[in-house]
Amino acid sequence: MSNNIKDTNTDFEVRSLDAMCVNDEQVNTPAWHNLKYLVFGVLFGIVLIKAEVVSWYRIQEMFRLQSFHMFGVIGSAVAVGALSLFLIKKLKIKTINGEEILLPEKTFNKGQIYGGLLFGFGWAMTGACPGPLFAQLGYGATTIIVTILSAIAGTWVYGKFREQLPH
Amino acid sequence: MTIIEFIKQPWPWYVSGPIIGLMVPALLIFGNKTFGISSSLRHVCAACMPAKIPFFQYDWKKEIWNLFFVFGIFIGGILTAMYFKDDQAIVVNPSLINELSGYGLTEINGLVPEQLFAWSELSTPRGLIMMVFGGFLVGFGTRYAGGCTSGHAIMGLSNLQLPSLIATISFMVGGFIMANLILPYILSL
Repeated sequence: MSNNIKDTNTDFEVRSLDAMCVNDEQVNTPAWHNLKYLVFGVLFGIVLIKAEVVSWYRIQEMFRLQSFHMFGVIGSAVAVGALSLFLIKKLKIKTINGEEILLPEKTFNKGQIYGGLLFGFGWAMTGACPGPLFAQLGYGATTIIVTILSAIAGTWVYGKFREQLPH
Repeated sequence: MTIIEFIKQPWPWYVSGPIIGLMVPALLIFGNKTFGISSSLRHVCAACMPAKIPFFQYDWKKEIWNLFFVFGIFIGGILTAMYFKDDQAIVVNPSLINELSGYGLTEINGLVPEQLFAWSELSTPRGLIMMVFGGFLVGFGTRYAGGCTSGHAIMGLSNLQLPSLIATISFMVGGFIMANLILPYILSL
């Protein structure tokens, strides 16, 4: 199955457009190695909640310019991320499996504007982007399962009508 | 003050922001993965209901790390609620409290207002719009934009990608329009 996907699915040419990893590990690792991503996810989930970036109130404050908090979080995250990527490129840092780290180039399309605006609407309503939804659910906001299922439905509808949408 | 008590306090932006930023090199170095979360929603579609839609015809098992990551976020939420829950009331800007009380949202509690995101609210137009339509827009919009706050705003901006800057500005503009111009009408329903 995996061998002929490239032939049948032209969409895969735009993988980077869809923010998926274009730089798959070529090293075959056992499936349990995926547990490391679970550990990173746990850490990330704890940070999201303790930083209150998954708080509906903080999101409302951000979009009303009533608090610097969210801007500080995103800004400092980008600063640290950018510095890390600069060092990775400069020092040619490799992965723990010795692979070269390749970073995807994103190509512009109008979807980034239209989709971005629509996501902004949803972000201000739910107070969450996709990651925080899972953190809110884990923290005990049980109704968020409805929001997650709606988000999956939204993704599905996008996939269904993708060809008809302006990009 | 014990370490646990220290952790329980809300973390300031200059602590949490850099930790979030470190997710970018961590995922790259430990597995050559680019930081991004909204793709997980696509993988769920591809795994559960591809329905012969070309956008969902790919080997989602190759992207399974992403599902491990979001499941970890969920577990992180549970662990925080169990061990690091802050007993103090959340501090919210007084003018926001004032505005919300105008919509009948008088209780400031939790991550999301319980008065708004309760199961019983699903039968009201307001709750339905906020939870179902809001969620739909998050899933539809992030995929249309090709990423969310993590993929575009953090990973993309860190990698100095112009399309990610355009997407991030669009997220913010959309959020400002919704919060200031549209949400007051929805919350008044």
